[in-house]
Amino acid sequence: MSKYDELVEELAPRKFNKTGQIWTVFLIIVVVIGIIAYIDQIIKGQVVTDMRDYVLWGVYISNFVFFVAISFVGSLTAAVLRLTNKTWRTPLVRIAEIIAFAAIIMAGITIILDMGRPDRLYNLFIHARLQSPITWDVVIITTYIAISALILYFPLLPDLAILKKRYDENSILGKLYRWFAFNWSGSEKQWLIQKKSIQIVAILIIPVALILQTVDAWLFSTTFRIGWDSTNLGPYFIAGAMVVGVGGLISVTYILRKYYKLEKYITELHFDKLGQLLVFACLIYLYFNINEYLLPAFTAPKAETAHLNELFFGHYAYLFWFVTVGGLILPIIVLIFPKGRKPLPLFLIAILVVITSWWKRYLIVVPALLHPFLPIQGVPESWHSYFPSLHEWAIVSGTLAAALLIITILVRYLPIIPIHRTAEEQGILDTENSTKS
Amino acid sequence: MKDDNKKSRRNFLGLGLKLGVATAAGGLAAAKVMGESHSDEEMVELMTTDGTLVQVPAEDVMEMPAKKDYNVREGYANRKFVMVIDLAKCRNALKCQDSCNKNHYITGDNAWLKIYKMQEDKDTAPYWMPMLCQHCDQPACVTVCPVDATFKRRDGIVSIDNERCIGCRFCMAACPYSTRVFNWSEPNQAFLMDGATHPAEHNADHTGHPSVKGTVDKCDFCPHMIDMGEMPHCVTSCPNDVFYFGDKYEDTVTNGSGQSVRLSKLLEDKAGYRLMDGLGTQPSVYYLPPVERTDAFEDGLENYNEFESVPKPE
Repeated sequence: MSKYDELVEELAPRKFNKTGQIWTVFLIIVVVIGIIAYIDQIIKGQVVTDMRDYVLWGVYISNFVFFVAISFVGSLTAAVLRLTNKTWRTPLVRIAEIIAFAAIIMAGITIILDMGRPDRLYNLFIHARLQSPITWDVVIITTYIAISALILYFPLLPDLAILKKRYDENSILGKLYRWFAFNWSGSEKQWLIQKKSIQIVAILIIPVALILQTVDAWLFSTTFRIGWDSTNLGPYFIAGAMVVGVGGLISVTYILRKYYKLEKYITELHFDKLGQLLVFACLIYLYFNINEYLLPAFTAPKAETAHLNELFFGHYAYLFWFVTVGGLILPIIVLIFPKGRKPLPLFLIAILVVITSWWKRYLIVVPALLHPFLPIQGVPESWHSYFPSLHEWAIVSGTLAAALLIITILVRYLPIIPIHRTAEEQGILDTENSTKS
Repeated sequence: MKDDNKKSRRNFLGLGLKLGVATAAGGLAAAKVMGESHSDEEMVELMTTDGTLVQVPAEDVMEMPAKKDYNVREGYANRKFVMVIDLAKCRNALKCQDSCNKNHYITGDNAWLKIYKMQEDKDTAPYWMPMLCQHCDQPACVTVCPVDATFKRRDGIVSIDNERCIGCRFCMAACPYSTRVFNWSEPNQAFLMDGATHPAEHNADHTGHPSVKGTVDKCDFCPHMIDMGEMPHCVTSCPNDVFYFGDKYEDTVTNGSGQSVRLSKLLEDKAGYRLMDGLGTQPSVYYLPPVERTDAFEDGLENYNEFESVPKPE
């Protein structure tokens, strides 16, 4: 067996073992429960949620913001690392692109779950008004879905051509790989087109990703609400997205490396680099957090003070400090040290970062709604607070499981580490069999 | 540009003569009046927009059809509805809220019109503040609506097309006055439950009726009452004449007892203001400060229920 064949054997998608199968079935069950809960919500109305006229957005929206955020670095890291030609990126970019693609698809779906009339979704297109931040969101999310799909797909072409040879022409997988390989023969001309295409989407995705996060922030900062009405919100969201994106990438990479035994390809160096990226992102995010919370605390208008008191010392204090310390301070402290960037501690920190990032979005969305300009009066007592209902938890879990399911399926059928590129970098391209022939 | 428009409109209105509040005399009649003098004819007395009384031959005054080319998204031509709420007179009788709830068949838990118990600080005086949609001239809700379901009409009314609303609730997030309510479940409005026919006023000319599950509702300024030449339910049901309703172009507002006053004079005399004017929303609802009150604040406490604005039938 030549070195090249060995590499292909090692990196080609493999069938799941028992753990993988149980995991997949588990995800499917959670998704199905979510779908059932959603159907019930459609029938009964959103009265099944704990949202009411004051807390009019809840966990659906914060979950949406989470998906949008995590989709960011998947692509941005990938694009930036590609453009800056960092070679250590090779085994990581595809994982990042897969996460981004799954997350942005689920972001698009999640926002629909929050609509009172999803049956009128088409109104967003036939009656679209350009001045509404929601219209900007519709435009930018669909654009981002398309670009994330392309930045995932273009670099896959040579690998798909390699994979199609491994399957019987008439088997379903063989046909699929053949179809998606798009007659890739590896000719000079094709390489040129592919390289150019990747270059274009890699450049394009950077402004689009920045706009996506910013528009997402503007959904909030275009209102008068205390806690949202802040010019800081755009960069704040971008920095937060970098944090959760890198956190997500580290988590998934660690699990895949362990599951597929890819230690040879994804080394401690990669984790060290990712750890550096995460601590960098956290420091930037810390800066914007200080802007966001401490400046209003300094001038201390009444409404801001009430809002901040709820966060710092009040009802949301436990969550706030868990998110701030666990998701920001602790990662900075641990990851500054090289020992903290070893795979296992880094993985644990990354998981913590992802969880706290999810709750961070909750803290951005919900408490602000409990501090309207006029006092909350004339509504049932239960409307004075919010905590997601069972339906909301089921639906949100369903969306999270669906995102993981998309990632799982893509991981099952796509080479998570680019085969051709790795072979090229290792200088073991099989000249006879290579797609370049 | 804006000022020019205002000016030319005022000039136009200055030429025209008004009959009562509802109908405008045609420009043709006005021209005739100024053109020749008539004697030995039956004269009628009319008030011009600047408040002076003029004698006009009866035959030259003709009533213009009030409602023509009415378009639900445009509203009534040459009208600009405003409301004035005199906080000095409000004692939380809740008659306005009851009437509003009943006439709009409100079945949710959050009324379109609520009386807030207000107190800015422990050292400042408490007062009762009726709160409804402010029908802003720069409505934040309309700006953010992605599908043009909520819209600003030329007559000043901010309305909702609940056949188009997608239920994203962005308008509710944008509104600083928290006056918008959502139909979280099937509204089951009384007339639907009774199997009775639609109330006549709830037709396609007035958006928002009946309420639709998964869409946003709010105070509509009662266009169905305006249609009949009457005033919104809250205005007529108030026992204390807290509310004035009228037309800014006519500079006239009328209270529940039918007394008409000059809007500009009322606002000047009583130092009228608009709520959170600093936000730039330019509400169509003015408030008169709670000075020299007719009733003690404490009298209203008896009716106050912090957790209910739509009483449920037992």
